[in-house]
Amino acid sequence: MADIIHFHRVSHRYEGTGDVLSDVTFTLAKGEMAFLTGPSGAGKSTLLKLVALLERPTRGQIVVNGQNLAGVRPGQIPAFRQQIGVVFQNFNLLYDRSVFDNVALPLVIRGIGHDDIGRRVRAALDAVGLLGKEKVPPITLSGGEQQRVGIARAIVAKPQLLLADEPTGNLDPEMAREVMQLFQRFNEVGVSVLVATHALGLIKKMPLRVIHLERGQLTTRQSPELMEKTVDFG
Amino acid sequence: MTSASPAKAAAELRPNFLARFFQGHAREVVFTLGRFYRNLGGALLTCFVIGITLALPAGLHCLVGNVNALGYSWETTLQASLFLKDKVTPEQGQELARRIRERPGVAETAYLSRAQSLEEFKALSGLGQALDLLESNPLPAVITVTPAKGIARPALDALVVALGQQPEVEVAKLDRRWLERLYGALALVQRLVLVIAGVLSLAVIVIVGNTIRLDIEAKRAEIEVMKLIGATNGFIRRPFLYTGLWYGLVGGGIAWLLVQGMVFALGGPAQSLAGLYGSGFRLQGLPLDATAVMFAAGVLLGWLGAWWTVSRRLREIEPR
Repeated sequence: MADIIHFHRVSHRYEGTGDVLSDVTFTLAKGEMAFLTGPSGAGKSTLLKLVALLERPTRGQIVVNGQNLAGVRPGQIPAFRQQIGVVFQNFNLLYDRSVFDNVALPLVIRGIGHDDIGRRVRAALDAVGLLGKEKVPPITLSGGEQQRVGIARAIVAKPQLLLADEPTGNLDPEMAREVMQLFQRFNEVGVSVLVATHALGLIKKMPLRVIHLERGQLTTRQSPELMEKTVDFG
Repeated sequence: MTSASPAKAAAELRPNFLARFFQGHAREVVFTLGRFYRNLGGALLTCFVIGITLALPAGLHCLVGNVNALGYSWETTLQASLFLKDKVTPEQGQELARRIRERPGVAETAYLSRAQSLEEFKALSGLGQALDLLESNPLPAVITVTPAKGIARPALDALVVALGQQPEVEVAKLDRRWLERLYGALALVQRLVLVIAGVLSLAVIVIVGNTIRLDIEAKRAEIEVMKLIGATNGFIRRPFLYTGLWYGLVGGGIAWLLVQGMVFALGGPAQSLAGLYGSGFRLQGLPLDATAVMFAAGVLLGWLGAWWTVSRRLREIEPR
């Protein structure tokens, strides 16, 4: 039970393709933060989709937060996803409403009281350094700021697990660094974090585990130095 | 679940079910009305189409109701004829006429003896001398009964039946055949209104459904994001249902305006026509109960149309 994510011999294939993931076994401990790396098409996104139940594995077992995903029925998926915060490469904000309303959405979905929503949204925006921007439409913000809105939305409901799929893919290096530091800060207060990323230069300065995928197969590197070699293959 | 402590903490912050229910719905009401207002032109166009669709059966219903009322008003100007048995003497007949006049629901009675009937018939039929050839008077004595003004139709029917059961009366007749025919025709039209209303109800569902479908397509990305962050189908469906409901409600309001406008436009000519017949008849607007039904139908159909579309579409939209 000490694992937040547990993959046991998981394989996945989309219709008409070969295995995108094959025989992947790994765990992410509670409170741990790790990076998921690998070249495009290595299966990083697929792995995250399996965790968030956007896809079901073709073979193998996945346990997330003590719940075997094979036993989660379609009607239970919303409740399951509410335990997870997700951050996207393209932010996936709703541009027809304010920053505040975007961040409030997960709380609204959970039926949190009105007063609590205000308090918690402001706390989340404060945590990402956007407290003064509550009322502005997200489209007026820079990419980095938009991504921070996305992160605030992901953490506002205090999930146990934070998933991020290429969160810095659309950001310049300075903003990307800030975003990664934000993830680290949330990790320090106990949130488990799994970040899929291309930004190897950025993460090698961070003393964290790297889960490396290569053509759907897994190589776990504990140290950033070793990982650098894999970049040459990629 | 031991692992769910933060989730549990969040659950404790949640207000109880009822408070959540009202808060959630109040939010959607405000949110969807706001969206309706911001897209006023397009929304009103949809409402207008719904309004016309609802106004057609409602207007027909209104007209039928008016013709029906006109029929009733004619009915009270009718007279019932009581044909008396031959053995009844003129004195008994006059006494009976007097007694009947005392009854509630009767305005006036007039007794016509057999001899008087014959005189009248001679004068009116033009047969004149020919009737003198008859050995005996074939005509019965008659009491004509004028019902009180404003008597209801069932009461009038009951009155005529009661009068027919008097021992002196051979047969009681209310000459209302053409009125019965009118009522028959009106019943048919009334049924037709129901059929039209049924068909047009389907039209409203389709109109709302189609509008909501376009709405859903425009919000596809948004729905995917909502699903990604754990929104239930019910939560995603709710704003669309409210939007459908507003379409129906405002459509009902427009239909009401259209019907009232029609009544207003026809009111003047109808009244002067009625005046030519010496009647004080006035065209009435849609009665309160029919208005309530029309609004309720608008709301229900709008909601139904939205629900029908959203339920089908929502299953197809899954985040990738």
